[in-house]
Amino acid sequence: MLTVEGLRSRYGRIEVLHGIDLTVTSGEIVTVVGANGAGKTTLLRCLSGVQPVTAGSITFRGEAFTSVPAHRRLKLGLAQAPEGRQIFTNLSVEENLRLGAFLFNDERVHRDMENAFNMFPILKEKRNQVAGGLSGGQQQMLAIARALMGRPACLLLDEPSMGLAPLLVQQIFDVIQGLKALDVTVLLVEQNAFGALSIADRGYVMETGQIVMGGPAEDLIADPRIREAYLGI
Amino acid sequence: MRISSKQITLLVLLALIAVAPFFFPSSFYYRVGALVFINGLAVVGIVILTGYAGQISLGHAGFAGIGAYACALAPAHLGIHVGLAAILGALISAVIAYLVGRPILRLHGYYLGVASLGFGILVAMVLSNEGQLTGGPDGIAVNDLGLRSVLNDMGLSLTNSEFWYAFSGLTLVVGAWLALNLYNSPTGRAWRALHGSEVAARTVGVDVARLKLQAFVISAVYASIAGSLLALQNRFITPEVAGFMHSIEMVTMAVLGGVGSVLGAIFGAIILTVLPQALTVFAEHEMMVLGLVMMLVMIFMREGVVPTLLRFFRGRGE
Repeated sequence: MLTVEGLRSRYGRIEVLHGIDLTVTSGEIVTVVGANGAGKTTLLRCLSGVQPVTAGSITFRGEAFTSVPAHRRLKLGLAQAPEGRQIFTNLSVEENLRLGAFLFNDERVHRDMENAFNMFPILKEKRNQVAGGLSGGQQQMLAIARALMGRPACLLLDEPSMGLAPLLVQQIFDVIQGLKALDVTVLLVEQNAFGALSIADRGYVMETGQIVMGGPAEDLIADPRIREAYLGI
Repeated sequence: MRISSKQITLLVLLALIAVAPFFFPSSFYYRVGALVFINGLAVVGIVILTGYAGQISLGHAGFAGIGAYACALAPAHLGIHVGLAAILGALISAVIAYLVGRPILRLHGYYLGVASLGFGILVAMVLSNEGQLTGGPDGIAVNDLGLRSVLNDMGLSLTNSEFWYAFSGLTLVVGAWLALNLYNSPTGRAWRALHGSEVAARTVGVDVARLKLQAFVISAVYASIAGSLLALQNRFITPEVAGFMHSIEMVTMAVLGGVGSVLGAIFGAIILTVLPQALTVFAEHEMMVLGLVMMLVMIFMREGVVPTLLRFFRGRGE
């Protein structure tokens, strides 16, 4: 579904991605794990089109994607819940969800919203409240729910567990695993390597702008090098 | 059925327009009132641009100048009616806003402020330097709209200042109604979204550049029509209408009243139009007192007068 080949990107003169190759097949949950500063977020920013790509290519559902502007990528089926839960804090919960469906103007929007409320009942309770007043976990749920309102084929998630209490982290990971049932393919970028690998089908390990290892998630969890470097076991 | 905040705003506005004349000590105040409504209309445009979409313009008086001079020049050179000239002015303002907005709306914050400031100064310079066309700094006369005599023939006789009070008041109501409808439309939501975060707005599929441009063009049309009304009411116009101070005044009114809300911005227009009249008792210290009031409002009512007062009363009601 998503193929990245030789992707390079830079901030000013400093190159931060030195040729990334990865693939995501339809129906999978794929995770990219790595330490702070490895370039994971930059990779996602390239995929969602808000970060310029200097070399390499992105192919999505068989189409060249590298130079498609950010606001058109959602229409083609690629949605993102950006890092730091970039929800619209001054707007109500419901308005945030409506914005997720900005591209659509049909009766399915209403149904999608009901589905989102079923998935996250707390959002229904707070639908008329300003989104900035939600707790961290609720904001993350809203970010995911909003991304799903765009009816994506593939969802990019950037550090959904960041800054959340352990109980909430588990809840968010459960939700991500549940996306499989909705036929949404997921590319999950996480520092919480153990949590991410335990729900993913496959994983990649990223270090200083390069993919250093890749394979089925259970192999990575079992790999002694990974266990030492990322899982702290 | 609960009445929405949109209906409340419109009701307050209509009540204000209807009731205020009972408190006017002399017919001079109809003129002040008309000026309040005309300023209010321009400021509602600023609410759309700044309050909804989060973009700043320090050159919007340029569009008021285009609207005003269209009313003076189009009848003389194209032979069309002044009413049509006002509409033509709005169209020209929209086109120019589109052409100017495309490059400058890529800028953010104070860079955008300075670029738009340059545009406003440019228009004012052209208006005062092209003397043989515009009459230069001395200004130029404007034809009568003629609507008052039509109303007179229909048996509704109004004095000139009463007519302009009612006409600009009704124009403001229409302008406010359109702006309030935009607030809850998908376009309005997208504006408020990109105001919060452009990156996040892009990821939900909002074409940020196009939406900013839309807000800029719409607010330019508001300023242009306000400029036309000013020209038609005074039957005379000088390049000052496009001046730097007029641009600053628009933004100040909006921010003082509360830039996020239509009603707040209109109150800002009321305060900054009426206060100088009221402060004439301070004679030469007038401007000092006005400046002091503005500073105190911004220090103690950071969101603007109306939103702060609303919050205060809501807080007490609970």
